[in-house]
Amino acid sequence: MLEGQIPIEDYESGNTKNKWNLNKIKLEHKTISEYNYIKKDIQKGYANRTLYINLNEGIIKEKKVTEDMKKLFTGGRGFGLKLLWDSIKSNTRWNSNENELIITTGPLCGTTQYPGSGKSLCLTISPSTDIICDSNVGGFFGPYLKFAGFDAVEIQGKAKEDVIIIIDGEKGKISIETAPLEETNSHMISQQLTQMYSSEDDDKSRQKISIVSAGMGAENSYWGCLNFSFYDIRRKIPRLKQAGRGGLGTVLRDKKIKAILTKVEKFDGVSNNPADSVTLAKVGTKLHREIRDLDRYQCNMRAVGTVHLVEIMDEYDLLPTENYRFGSFPKASKLYSQNFYKLFTKIIPDGCWHGCTMACAKTVDHFTVMTGPYKGEKVTVDGPEYETVGCGSNMSIWDPLWVLEFNFYCDTYGLDTISTGTSIAFYMEMYEYGILNKKRCDGIELCFGNAEAVLEVIHRIASGDKGEFISIASKGIRRVKDWLIKNNWGDIGIIEDCGMESKGLEYSEYVTKESLAMQGGYGLTLKGPQHDEAWLIFMDMVNNSIPTFKDKAEALHYFPMWRTWFGLNGLCKLPWNDVEPSNNPKTDDPSKVPEHVQNYVDYQNAVTGWNVDKEELILQSERCYNWQRAMNVWLGRGSRKDDWIPYRSMGPVTVMEYISRRERYDKYLNEKIGISEGKIEKMKIEEKIKIIYDYRQDQYQKLSDAVYYRRGWTPNGVPTPNKMKKLGFTDPKMLKILKDKIITDEKAGLNIWGGKYNNKEKNPNDGIKYW
Amino acid sequence: MTIEVNGRKIDWIENESVTKLLKRMKYTFPLVVVKINDKIVLRSDFKIKVIPDNSNIDVIHMISGG
Ligand code: SF4
Repeated sequence: MLEGQIPIEDYESGNTKNKWNLNKIKLEHKTISEYNYIKKDIQKGYANRTLYINLNEGIIKEKKVTEDMKKLFTGGRGFGLKLLWDSIKSNTRWNSNENELIITTGPLCGTTQYPGSGKSLCLTISPSTDIICDSNVGGFFGPYLKFAGFDAVEIQGKAKEDVIIIIDGEKGKISIETAPLEETNSHMISQQLTQMYSSEDDDKSRQKISIVSAGMGAENSYWGCLNFSFYDIRRKIPRLKQAGRGGLGTVLRDKKIKAILTKVEKFDGVSNNPADSVTLAKVGTKLHREIRDLDRYQCNMRAVGTVHLVEIMDEYDLLPTENYRFGSFPKASKLYSQNFYKLFTKIIPDGCWHGCTMACAKTVDHFTVMTGPYKGEKVTVDGPEYETVGCGSNMSIWDPLWVLEFNFYCDTYGLDTISTGTSIAFYMEMYEYGILNKKRCDGIELCFGNAEAVLEVIHRIASGDKGEFISIASKGIRRVKDWLIKNNWGDIGIIEDCGMESKGLEYSEYVTKESLAMQGGYGLTLKGPQHDEAWLIFMDMVNNSIPTFKDKAEALHYFPMWRTWFGLNGLCKLPWNDVEPSNNPKTDDPSKVPEHVQNYVDYQNAVTGWNVDKEELILQSERCYNWQRAMNVWLGRGSRKDDWIPYRSMGPVTVMEYISRRERYDKYLNEKIGISEGKIEKMKIEEKIKIIYDYRQDQYQKLSDAVYYRRGWTPNGVPTPNKMKKLGFTDPKMLKILKDKIITDEKAGLNIWGGKYNNKEKNPNDGIKYW
Repeated sequence: MTIEVNGRKIDWIENESVTKLLKRMKYTFPLVVVKINDKIVLRSDFKIKVIPDNSNIDVIHMISGG
């Protein structure tokens, strides 16, 4: 035990204790299907098989992982893409029978020597975007799935009634059972199943179980997240981590799955059977020490988690407030990290997988729920993380306790806090402009700052309210935009420009108006505007280290590829750059944290026995990244128009926004667009907005051009067959799909660069048709 | 009488220390690496190191975000 920590037996969380008649609940289970399998050891990080379950027919079977699959797709998200490709059709949608929910692990997943090694990657066709969404998540499920014998689980079809799926690595048995009496909301069902299925009535046994669930909110919205449990022996409850983005929980409930449970017999530091455990221990120990010695002087993740970003974002005008109209706010200090630090339970290690010294998974224990079905109960709230706090500021709600309430209910209802918060912030702005009103919102006064109204919206969603507003609002910004436009309730430009979605997915919580590279980091992505592909705001806007389109394109090539790599291996991104070696500033490229990149090279080689270098890591990602884009093309959505972003993310939409940062924008007109100060003085604000509007949209098109070119895609954003072949893909079906798409684009005149280039400027390739 | 900070020209102020420059630029983030004409300035010298005219300053924010 580390200095200052509380012994397990001395900690009492103070939470309300739930009592259920678990025997009665279990007696109602009917077994639909069972499958016994032979238990095998993991070999150099791989279980070498995946698990396929079809709920329509009760089929359970194993699929072999081939060496070719490892070579082309590495693991994790890559395996998920391969499995989806083999199972869905080009017209598969989120609720199609053949759509799959896939949970994958990755060869490094489950390692306990290196911090941040317990992530699962989940994939499906998203209800929000109609394309593949991928989401990473902590908790014990991924490692346990692998140690139970599988690199991934793939679930197709829909059950007729509510079921649970049990992957029992202790007995070597998989079963599908009906589950009529279990609770649906996650903090309840994860407790029920953990108690019900633990081999002995003790914490050690309970810790060998992990549950995936999604609550009533996931069932009744497109914002469903998956909750992954990890049993906390101090608090004596399963805690929850979320695969938040893209509606994975919605798909889980559409399949009538109440929960997926996995259980292991045992695991330890060598369960992955690494090829070179000495090197693995050496690399891991080095990073453990670094985190222990440096974190408190750097990001302070061990004390406050990602919430440390709130004050930084506010100070640099990047914290979204009032639906991204502004980047800072006088009341924002109420949500600064010290206010959450006061509430967090301290001196308890808070890793979401064993061996994560970064331990950023903070909690507030014995929080008294203030509204809704659990009002008055004392619960543990997992989080909040920065994004959830950012939702508070985006809706102009400045109360940390309210943020905890919002956090708790979104989690247990299985609602993604980001999509929920960003959507409601947009509805609030529309309310302010009279485009929405109390009547159109089913009687809810949804104005900025109305904390009660927000909770009412989410309680109504979770209760299955069938009112017109709740039914549409719960499907997210894109559907609400269409509804407002269809009813002719407001200016189309305002509606389109203010609603912060791209591809149908809501933005996460950063203001990007002054960082073109970050606009690309949100728009030129595979699944939609989530910052996990690239986070370039400071590099671009403050450090000014990527000033040209070429520089930005290089960053928008390298960082998405690098960050993709974590998801191929079952790793958390945070230990890569949320702590940095003290000599990092003196290295050639501090933004890449070269020493940590080398750690990952050594780490992957140590587990798998391969002999790769840092270039090969990027290549592993490039294969997966291009394959996913190519699949999006196949699904009908992987081209330039799908990468467009709302103008609110590029610049000021309204006069009020312009006036609030007048000096900045006037200077921009002068320095970037070349309008004289005298002329600017005489111009109307509306005129100035229009000029910046046109200029910045053109900048985004030029950025897209440069990025597509760097990635080896056509001017319409399609990966070329040549690029795919260079990456090692020979699948004739995929190569034909891409070739046909490029021919169709050529005929439609879409293979042209999007930026308007003057005589002094060049488009990326000077007209050579490399596609 | 100008200096360049992160590629942007601003006025040079006589006797301005690194600490004061950071304040003027509203660079409140504590984890920054400062280079004057490509030479790293030690954090312990921020208060005493004076910015020369015509110099090129890099203020690299060591923030990783999201
Ligand atoms: S850094 Fe945080 S999120 Fe990542 S594995 Fe560790 S505890 Fe989990």
